[in-house]
Amino acid sequence: MSLLSPLAALGRMTLAALAAVGRLGLFAGETISHLLRPPFYPREFLVALMQVGWFSLPVVGMTALFTGGALALQIYAGGARFSAEAVVPSITAIGMVRELGPVLGGLMVAARVASSIAAEVGTMKVTEQIDALFTLSTHPMKYLTVPRVLAATLAVPVLVAVGDSIGIFGGYLVGVNRLGFNPATYLANTRAYLEAFDIISGLIKGAAFGFIIAICGCYYGMNSGRGAQGVGRATKSAVVAASVLILASNYLLTEMFFSA
Amino acid sequence: MITLSALHKSFGKNHVLQGVDLDVARGQSMVIIGGSGTGKSVLLKCILGLVQPDSGTITVGGQPAATKGPGREAFLDRFGMLFQGGPLFDSLPVWQNVAFRLLRGAKKHPRNEARAIAIEKLRRVGLKPEVADLFPAELSGGMQKRVGLARAIAAEPEIIFFDEPTTGLDPIMAGVINALIREIVTEMGATAMTITHDMSSVRAIADRVAMLHGGQIRWTGPVAEMDETSDPYVSQFIHGRATGPIESVR
Repeated sequence: MSLLSPLAALGRMTLAALAAVGRLGLFAGETISHLLRPPFYPREFLVALMQVGWFSLPVVGMTALFTGGALALQIYAGGARFSAEAVVPSITAIGMVRELGPVLGGLMVAARVASSIAAEVGTMKVTEQIDALFTLSTHPMKYLTVPRVLAATLAVPVLVAVGDSIGIFGGYLVGVNRLGFNPATYLANTRAYLEAFDIISGLIKGAAFGFIIAICGCYYGMNSGRGAQGVGRATKSAVVAASVLILASNYLLTEMFFSA
Repeated sequence: MITLSALHKSFGKNHVLQGVDLDVARGQSMVIIGGSGTGKSVLLKCILGLVQPDSGTITVGGQPAATKGPGREAFLDRFGMLFQGGPLFDSLPVWQNVAFRLLRGAKKHPRNEARAIAIEKLRRVGLKPEVADLFPAELSGGMQKRVGLARAIAAEPEIIFFDEPTTGLDPIMAGVINALIREIVTEMGATAMTITHDMSSVRAIADRVAMLHGGQIRWTGPVAEMDETSDPYVSQFIHGRATGPIESVR
């Protein structure tokens, strides 16, 4: 009995995780169905776009800048083992636009935005503001979820693009000032090996991550438990779920885009 | 106007509504009394479709209540509701809270017209026009309640629900809100359902009173007969006695 109990616990956890993914999937499907049917709330969309996009720029930019710099140092140190220091500009650029830009940008936005959406919507739930929306003939999915999901899906790729640029610039600063690269050669090597699909794949990942972030924030907010503890738990769950789903979907998208 | 028949609702093992039957006539002010946790708010939420009843029927104006589906928004357009906490939308200024329904949906008005109506409704509940541009967080509890009341009546609904309209207010402000509700209901000719434990509210607002206890309507009658009733449950409740058929430990 005692030998089987860890297995039973593992089974319960797996079932709970699968059920949560299923519920999130249904919620995402419901969101898409509302996204395609009027009424639409453009003002709410613009507010969400500012919250998700504009106000996330500093955190995404700083993350990208330091990541690009560290990546250049690592590639230089690793490349030196087989006399391949010259690959620093191209590998930094490819690494940023394919992986680190979208993934780290997505995780930073998840921390900032999924938590904020879950806390805001969760507070609205526990203070009956969502019930009030219903009684004012306004569907909360249309008024709260659709604008946020649309805004995040459109804003995160833009953040990724900005983050990619800043990350490559971070690598350039380190490459030129610390590692002694010629500035013109560094830029030429960056351009030479970077393909359009490298950038596009990162932007598609950004859109997928944006969708995941807003869906997790809204789902856990809408299903928040009672009181401060309930909202706190919803906020934590939204960030954890968004982060795990970003990493899992990143692997799946990478398989889809780049498997031989 | 509103007819509830054999309404049941349980949450797990907690059987909150166990066959509620109630009629509210058009233009009548019905007040529902009962102890905490007896399902008064659940009853209102069932009518609005915020909570789905397990069984029973709800009709409004002779038609089944559209608690879900495509006719829901048109159904809800007939209602106004003042919630217990007066939940205003924090991100919107007061006038946009009041005019929420007038800025979108079937009752959409031009923005300046909606603002004018909001200011008029604020005046109606005793708030100055300067309040219109403040945010809910800048208002006292009593002011928030009055803004909630203004929002409930802004689109002049034919049915208005008031959930604990005087909870958390001082006696003077409670008296002001009671008088306002009575005036508004009489003036608009609306059908009203109010939930309260506050007996001064009951006397000020009600045409008829219903007492909910044990998941059913225990007593119903005109407010004038409430004090004379021989029902021990109603008598204990309205006089606030600790001893009687209603257990004080629940």
